[in-house]
Amino acid sequence: MDLGFGAADEEFRADVRAWLREHVPAEPLPSLETAAGFAAHRGWERALGAARLGVVSWPAEYGGRGASALRWLIFEEEYYAAGAPGRVSANGINLLAPTLLKHGTAGQLARVLPPMAAGEVIWAQAWSEPGAGSDLAGLRSTATRTDGGWLLDGQKTWSSRAAFADRGFGLFRSDPEAERHRGLTYLMFPLDADGVTVRPIGRLDGKPAFAELFLDGVFVPDEDVIGDPGDGWRVAMATAGNERGLTLRSPGRFTAAAERLVALWKERADPSDTALRDRVADAWIRSRAYRLKGFETISRDDDIGSESSLNKVFWSELDVALHETALDLLGPDGELESDWLENYVFSLAGPIYAGTNEIQRNVIAERLLNLPRGSR
Amino acid sequence: MKFVLSDEQAMFGATLRKLLAEAGTPKAIRAWAAGDAAPGRALWSAVAETGVFALAVPEEFGGAGLLPVELVVAMEELGRAAVPGPYVETLAAAELLGESPWLRRIAEGAAVVSLAVPHALDADAADLVLTLDGVERAAGERVTSLDPARRLFRVPEGGGFTGFGALLCAAQQIGLGRALLDVSVEYAKTRRQFGRPIGEYQAVKHHLASALVELEFARPLVYGAALSYGTPDFARDVSAAKVAASEASYGAAKTALQVHGAIGYTDEYDPSLWIRKARALYAAWGSVSEHRARVMAAL
Repeated sequence: MDLGFGAADEEFRADVRAWLREHVPAEPLPSLETAAGFAAHRGWERALGAARLGVVSWPAEYGGRGASALRWLIFEEEYYAAGAPGRVSANGINLLAPTLLKHGTAGQLARVLPPMAAGEVIWAQAWSEPGAGSDLAGLRSTATRTDGGWLLDGQKTWSSRAAFADRGFGLFRSDPEAERHRGLTYLMFPLDADGVTVRPIGRLDGKPAFAELFLDGVFVPDEDVIGDPGDGWRVAMATAGNERGLTLRSPGRFTAAAERLVALWKERADPSDTALRDRVADAWIRSRAYRLKGFETISRDDDIGSESSLNKVFWSELDVALHETALDLLGPDGELESDWLENYVFSLAGPIYAGTNEIQRNVIAERLLNLPRGSR
Repeated sequence: MKFVLSDEQAMFGATLRKLLAEAGTPKAIRAWAAGDAAPGRALWSAVAETGVFALAVPEEFGGAGLLPVELVVAMEELGRAAVPGPYVETLAAAELLGESPWLRRIAEGAAVVSLAVPHALDADAADLVLTLDGVERAAGERVTSLDPARRLFRVPEGGGFTGFGALLCAAQQIGLGRALLDVSVEYAKTRRQFGRPIGEYQAVKHHLASALVELEFARPLVYGAALSYGTPDFARDVSAAKVAASEASYGAAKTALQVHGAIGYTDEYDPSLWIRKARALYAAWGSVSEHRARVMAAL
């Protein structure tokens, strides 16, 4: 066992740190969930892309640096420690790209990944529907065969970033006779195409962090189908595992937030308030646990599979607890606009998206503990 | 960076696990609680033969050098089997003594040592009782623990703890908690109510899933602390590990009690031996609030 970093890894860390020190905006950008903030964050993504720091783990031909999983973890630690802006490109990078890398054609990889890495095209996910949330296989939006492609019809909802993004990706029912997980197709489509209506939805604090999508005969060429038509569920599940694993929320995000929480505690806390002190300690301890678990994950030879559900439950509940503690440290100022509040509101969605924590606990119980599936 | 056990370390753990599972510890635990130390001493000798005690003793005193990761592997297994006796205390004493004629005997498994932190565990079965200043002490009156297999004795000069002991206790707690989770999962698969196994119900599933989450994230902290041994971060890291292991282990005990229902609340049903130990160890080798304070003091 060894938790040390090699000299080349330390050098990589120093390079990333130096670049961030020079480029991270001194003033925080406006919230990425607003029109102005989204535009500012697009600009930041382009700067990252130009430095080939948008997605360090991708091969160089797609705009990355071919970095190892360890270097990606190092990048993320440095990124969040530097207080760099939130990643408006996260949906594309963390959800779509892994699916493409596994199931996409060479043409799709060459066409989609470089503009994603460069921050030129921002992607939104389009999974949920009004009648299909946790029970995603109940989705009813359709893809109907037409000359040279497919026509999309139906309604998607809770589509993160869709209020301002360029393109979307999701599952559609292509075989009306098939039920549940069968007869689904994974497609990519432009959000500004004819037949697409985007209705932004205000999240808890009113900011349009997601949107409803109304699709009315939206044409998608065959080249934008990922995997085989009808095989969409299997293709999408390659993404789902990723979403719950390390990539969606890297440990660096929480270790940086925990360090800031400790600093806030030193600055604001009444030292005799040991109840708050203990909560700060727990946030720090748990962020360290997630970091070490990450090192364990990348040290293993096997795929973590359903163990990714352990991660999702852990980080999402840590994120809420950490930000609640910050607001409590701020006392009456906790409700006032601040980065802490912005991140608190963001954290509240964590136990819900990417598979609710109830679904994750079912997965843990049934696939890791082998408890009987039974009725819901 | 390679944060997983080597094949050798994993095999060492598997060997111990098999040995202890085959020995069947509940009888020894009950005998130990009743003052009959013979089955417990037999286990001690069997454990010593695998080389566990030598792992805390430098080579010049007949040991294998001080190997924290291997010791954590061993303590996890001793915890899983809820083996009775002052293992943590003896190993922590070896680290504390540095050099002493006792080290050679400890390495061979020939010396049972109790440490007054503050009470002296199993002092009646020990060859030596020490306080943290390394001074030999006489054990005072016996006091009764919630866990009858922890035979505690007052020592007026006792108190404190060592980081090394807290590390080993945390490792023991991880094993103990995992055993409690495993036995509860098996019970939930077979116990039927309303015509189906209770493990089909989400309320039960979610308790068990949460227990697994806590244990799985506490374990890396324990191994991470083992790797910090001898560095300036050790006090911080071991306290972080002890907090997480205490919460995860005691949490698993409460889940076990709830999932088993009334049977888990009985003395005669073996999981109660683990449940009682989990509660006792929660506060042993430093309370969770002391350890949280140590973490914050280091930050």
